[in-house]
Amino acid sequence: MVTNLIITGVGGQGNVMASQIVGYAAVNAGLKVFIGETFGLSQRGGPVMSHVRITDNDMLGPLIPNGKADFILGIEPLETLRVMKEFGNRNSIVITNSRPIYPINVTAGENLYPRQENIRKLLEQQCQKLHWLDLTKSALNLGSSILLNVILLGTLSKLEEFPLNKVTLFEALKNVMPPAKLAINQQALEVGFNCV
Amino acid sequence: MFKISCDSYEGEVLLQGNQAIARGALEAGVLFCTGYPGNPSSEIIETLAKASEDLPIYVEWSINEKVAFESATAASFAGCRGISCMKQNGVNVISDFLTNLTLSGTNGGLVLVVCDDPAGISSTNEEDSRMFSKLAGIPLLEPSTPQEALEMTKWAFELSESILNVVMVRSVSRLSHSRSNVSVGKLGDFKNDARFDTNIAYHTFPVIQKHQVRNEKLKKALKINNESHFNFYKGPEIPELLIVTSGCSYLYSMEALKILELESKVGLLKLGTTHPLPEELIRKHLISAENILFAEEIDAFIEDSVKALASDLIDVIGVKRFFGKASGHIPTCGELSPTVLISLLADIFNLEYGKEVKTEPENALDAALIPREFGFCPGCPHRASYYAIQMALKLDGRNGFVSGDIGCYTLGIWPSGFNQVKSVHAMGSGLGLANGYGKLTQFGFNQPVITVCGDSTFFHAGLPPLLNAKFNQSDIFLIILDNSATAMTGFQPHPGSDCTLMGVKTDPINIERICQSIDIDVITVDPYDFKLSIHTILSLLEKSGPKVLILKRNCALVQNKKGGFEYKISVDNDRCLSDSCGCNQYCTRIFRCPGLIWDSDEGNVKIDEVLCVGCGICSQVCPQNAIKKSIL
Repeated sequence: MVTNLIITGVGGQGNVMASQIVGYAAVNAGLKVFIGETFGLSQRGGPVMSHVRITDNDMLGPLIPNGKADFILGIEPLETLRVMKEFGNRNSIVITNSRPIYPINVTAGENLYPRQENIRKLLEQQCQKLHWLDLTKSALNLGSSILLNVILLGTLSKLEEFPLNKVTLFEALKNVMPPAKLAINQQALEVGFNCV
Repeated sequence: MFKISCDSYEGEVLLQGNQAIARGALEAGVLFCTGYPGNPSSEIIETLAKASEDLPIYVEWSINEKVAFESATAASFAGCRGISCMKQNGVNVISDFLTNLTLSGTNGGLVLVVCDDPAGISSTNEEDSRMFSKLAGIPLLEPSTPQEALEMTKWAFELSESILNVVMVRSVSRLSHSRSNVSVGKLGDFKNDARFDTNIAYHTFPVIQKHQVRNEKLKKALKINNESHFNFYKGPEIPELLIVTSGCSYLYSMEALKILELESKVGLLKLGTTHPLPEELIRKHLISAENILFAEEIDAFIEDSVKALASDLIDVIGVKRFFGKASGHIPTCGELSPTVLISLLADIFNLEYGKEVKTEPENALDAALIPREFGFCPGCPHRASYYAIQMALKLDGRNGFVSGDIGCYTLGIWPSGFNQVKSVHAMGSGLGLANGYGKLTQFGFNQPVITVCGDSTFFHAGLPPLLNAKFNQSDIFLIILDNSATAMTGFQPHPGSDCTLMGVKTDPINIERICQSIDIDVITVDPYDFKLSIHTILSLLEKSGPKVLILKRNCALVQNKKGGFEYKISVDNDRCLSDSCGCNQYCTRIFRCPGLIWDSDEGNVKIDEVLCVGCGICSQVCPQNAIKKSIL
């Protein structure tokens, strides 16, 4: 049994951190995990994704084959769509934040950012279940947009199909977060959990 | 909770590939650790630095890879275990020393870790550093998983000591930056008895004899590799196809076979010691397979060696059919992936596969998927610097251009840096090229050239070309984009910092004073001040001889951590004239800061409150002064 999760967004949104939290949660729960992180140049405003693969005993590689993502967690809607096209399938479950981060080529007038409703419709057509949420607002209410990644993990932990529950992720925050930031991130997880 | 420096740990821990390499070195009792930052290798040294808080080891970010590797070699000569870590480009920098060192040999275990970057995800090239193991005549190990990265690194020290030569460990981005469950062992004993035995001398003379010694060491490594458990076979006794593979490609191959249900037909020969190859094991499996596929990243390193071996063994193994890079079955550039191998194997075995791999391509979806351009962060001083450079070169009017270098500011080749940079190759090469342009006047060359490099790059490889310009009186105009950080790779300290990696206070080296000491004119300006920057660049373009301008401002990410910027930015909608202005959306179209959004419905610019950091430089670009900054 393998669960393939892709976390995607734009450089600087805490994508790698989110994948680490899931990774620790899986190891703490006695499962095997294989994470392919992407960073580097993509930190400078480019698209970022991490591949997270959870299993009880299989040996897996760091990359998910095309079309094999079971869950897609999107911090930015256009990037969610990009991942859906390459890695999604009809059975994928997608949770995405709805607020765009406009690429520079859009603000410069060279491309049109697709209408949010259009992205939503396209995602709905492609996957099994879409959770389309304005979580930036919740993050800003908590104090910072950087909390988006953990809020999304909270939402993910609510889904029965996902092998890790809220308590496990809650505990895994301790592996990753400095003590000063733990409480606010645990709160963020809770906010996300209550979104769906 | 697990700590990288703990003596042992029950159960499994989550480790990144690079952390696992570091842990492997610690379990080998490494004492001396050096490197130069570069994706995807940086976390190895950072992890070792973390461990040095509790363990008696030495860790440094050196000025460049060559000095790093030479320092670690000194530890080896003194009988200590040493490790040096770098990205693929770094091996080019150490290569002169490396190919000589392997003739003299080493003493304490010396491990060279190189992290390659197939597809150049965060690199200027996708060179295959494994070639250096052949060039330098040393053993090469290629781990597949974080667990194996730990075990191989640990073993590499033993191998190095048993043949008295350097051993190279090659990782790739997908291993260095992967995370997985790892079982750790016990820490090594950090033997503290460094001593250089003066009865021995380490040099390359007589050359032929030393070359012979090196060859003998490789033969010994071959014998050891034949027994190594890092090489193994998985699959049927007589496979229809044998995949010879290494590194991450092993995992991709395994998954492709599983998905295509080919496990009973195809065998996997997984090689961990890829130079010298374990010939006996390979021979055995070449006999039993008619068709052989090579799955490896980046070049045909194993493929070429195995083919050479197969031709030597032709009487024993017979004629084979090979699938790989030479036959066109495996791509010769870019990285491999499970997807590539699935479609290749489906082709070879004539399987219907693909429909369920890809979602139905929809035209609407394709049309919606606009690209996302890389660019400087909001507040980045490089955007300001390139803006000033662009304006100055335009005003100068002689068709000038920028000779670029390696760092965040490499993005100057793209619109974010106003496409000013016209060449980028290796660390410091922008300055070397500028030396040449500066001497081309006698051949009719009359374009001004500005060469840019960052502070860390200047220390790494900028000094020799600057001295050359002074000596040969070349007309170079160097602009040092000093953001007081090695920003691209994660803010590692460098000689301009006031503190070493291990937290020891040190006197920062002052670039201005270096220039002054060799009588090169140098001025420092704040790039956020466009007027002064443009004016200064223009006046320096008029001057002959070598000159240096330092555009100095903290990296915006560093500034954000230090409490951020002092302004709140807003748009005065009465002043923004929208389409009737004639500026044609100058602020968003040309200046391209991600913090500025053009609202096409309302026809004016808006500030993105999430992305804007409040640096305020955009207030200087609007012809109507519609962008306002106010002190917070």
